[in-house]
Amino acid sequence: MSALQQYLDLYDAHRKEIDAGSGSTLNSLRPAAREALSDKHLPSRGDEGFEKTSIDAMMTPDFGINFLRTPIEADLRSTFKCGVPNISTRLALVVNDMFVPTDTLAANLPQGVTLMSLAKACEEMPQVVEKHYGKIAPLNDPGTALNTLLAQDGVLIHVARSVELDRPLQVVNIFSAPLPLAAFRRVLIVMEEGAKAQVLFCDHTADPERAYLASQVVEVYCDTRAELDLYDLEESSSLTSRYSQLYAAQAEGSRLLVNGSTLTAGCTRNEYNISIDGPGCDCRLAGMVIGTGKMHVDNSSQVTHAAQRCKSDQLFKYALSDEATGAFEGSITVTPNGAFTEAYQSNRNILASPDARMHTKPQLLIFNDDVKCSHGATTGQLDQQALFYMRTRGIPLQEARTMLMQAFMVDVIDTVRLDSLRDRLRHLVDARFAGQKAMCADCPL
Amino acid sequence: MDILLKVNDLHAGIEGKEILKGINLEVRPGEVHAIMGPNGSGKSTLSGVLAGDPRFTVTGGTAEFVGKPLLDLSPEDRSHEGLFLSFQYPVEIPGVSMVNFMRAAVNAKRKYLHEEPLSASDFLKLMRQKRAIVELDNKLASRSVNEGFSGGEKKRNEIFQMAVLEPRLAILDETDSGLDIDALRIVASGVNKLKTTENATIVITHYQRLLDYIRPDFVHVLYKGRIVKTGGPDLALELEEKGYDWIKAEEDNR
Repeated sequence: MSALQQYLDLYDAHRKEIDAGSGSTLNSLRPAAREALSDKHLPSRGDEGFEKTSIDAMMTPDFGINFLRTPIEADLRSTFKCGVPNISTRLALVVNDMFVPTDTLAANLPQGVTLMSLAKACEEMPQVVEKHYGKIAPLNDPGTALNTLLAQDGVLIHVARSVELDRPLQVVNIFSAPLPLAAFRRVLIVMEEGAKAQVLFCDHTADPERAYLASQVVEVYCDTRAELDLYDLEESSSLTSRYSQLYAAQAEGSRLLVNGSTLTAGCTRNEYNISIDGPGCDCRLAGMVIGTGKMHVDNSSQVTHAAQRCKSDQLFKYALSDEATGAFEGSITVTPNGAFTEAYQSNRNILASPDARMHTKPQLLIFNDDVKCSHGATTGQLDQQALFYMRTRGIPLQEARTMLMQAFMVDVIDTVRLDSLRDRLRHLVDARFAGQKAMCADCPL
Repeated sequence: MDILLKVNDLHAGIEGKEILKGINLEVRPGEVHAIMGPNGSGKSTLSGVLAGDPRFTVTGGTAEFVGKPLLDLSPEDRSHEGLFLSFQYPVEIPGVSMVNFMRAAVNAKRKYLHEEPLSASDFLKLMRQKRAIVELDNKLASRSVNEGFSGGEKKRNEIFQMAVLEPRLAILDETDSGLDIDALRIVASGVNKLKTTENATIVITHYQRLLDYIRPDFVHVLYKGRIVKTGGPDLALELEEKGYDWIKAEEDNR
């Protein structure tokens, strides 16, 4: 039986429970998702674009799914403390796939800002959810359809017209379960006209001995002149698999920054699909991967310029050591409507050990003559001359290597516009390269 | 200490090609040695081998530094023991600031000597004090190592690092190349200020010019991987006047 069939059978057997534990709008798309999946398979390495990461294999192991919404005790104060010091956020937790607001969350949210359970939002903010849920994420994509079929909850972030958040919103996804668990979660971010916000997602695992699978679909809608900075920091365990698919649509004059950093993980696939639909938009996509052990991280980006005078810039960097493997496939498409597009893409990788592997495939598709586009990829080793130079000054080899790796990531970290997060990320990266881990656990909540 | 560096019949090469074919050299505290020679004679290979550049392979001979087997030490330990190489082409390291670079270097040495790391204020004081020796602009401290430095700034930065690390033996590899006359004077005066009766300097150079500023006690001529002539400062003047051809002819006809 294929991995997909397991899930379809589960759905067919439990559709009532699934619907009962979710919200109306989420439920309304399930039949279409089921229909879309009937003649599909989950991508495996034979499929174009998935040469290095099989979603089918990722989903094959026998995971439990908490359809019945049994509350799972997560003693968050003892198992997990996240926090970016000096960052004053409005924090929400998503335990596996269930939204758990902090006590003070609702009271702390300013007028016009929503951060709540997506399932609950189906009742409380039906207009927003109905208008945007499932509108950008296509059901003809098997991963997205499967998420749509099974997701019962997740997060809604809504920022009303012209509202500017002074402090970032933070959502911490945390896996905590006594058995191998799959979580299908859904995120919907709606930035109304002129709204401005910064959002930070952090992924963690409470129990590093347990296998987990995360499937997430994130839909981001930026209306006219909206500005969103979206940071996604993964610090999960080596037994965690993650399939994340982000779909964003940008209307005229909007600005979007997505920074995805993978510090620790098991097997991760992140897809970024950004459709620039209105003129004068700015899109910045950044990714950082620090791979050690047997980590596998695959980032795939697709930025489509369908309007005039827009700018996009993609920067993905990987530092891989031990037997870590990385993949990057990025593409820029400029449609015939994309005159005066400026689009750049860069993927740079360091292989710090003989057994680390990187696969990279940058692509450009340009259907307009009046554009400025570039792409490039390099994969190499640490600069041997620089290492020797540092050693002649007395800096031990290991420390010199660490310093060079840290230096390599500086420009990705610098894309972070949030000062406190940038400092924190720099610190985390330094610690990560120095061989320390689980730094988040030491932070005060 | 009678002898700082004693090199005995040193052979070394790169990628199977032998470049140094039996170097003998003794350096004592307080001495300045100049090593001159035509292009391709092995001058930079010699400095690289002494500093531990992994690109070179030592195929024979020995080298003792402050009584320790130099060739067995890692480049970082050679530095901690007091060997310093000023690079002909200082390496640019984007993303690593001069301050972090120097702090790592200073504290690595202190750790080697079982000393506590320097406090932030002591470190900054040290930087300030040493910068003055080569008139290095404070602004360079916040920049990445050598990145975007002019040729003169890079060389001054080398001497600045030397001033901070206070080596027992400094090897200056073509420190005069790419310097205008003012920068040359600043660099040379920096080297002279750092000279004591306890330490020593090996100046590797093409031209006699630098030796007007840094007076050598001994001048060695390196040719085809061997020191073929050794003399006093006068030898440098003779080379400046007559070129290397007469030495090449002497050697090649031997």
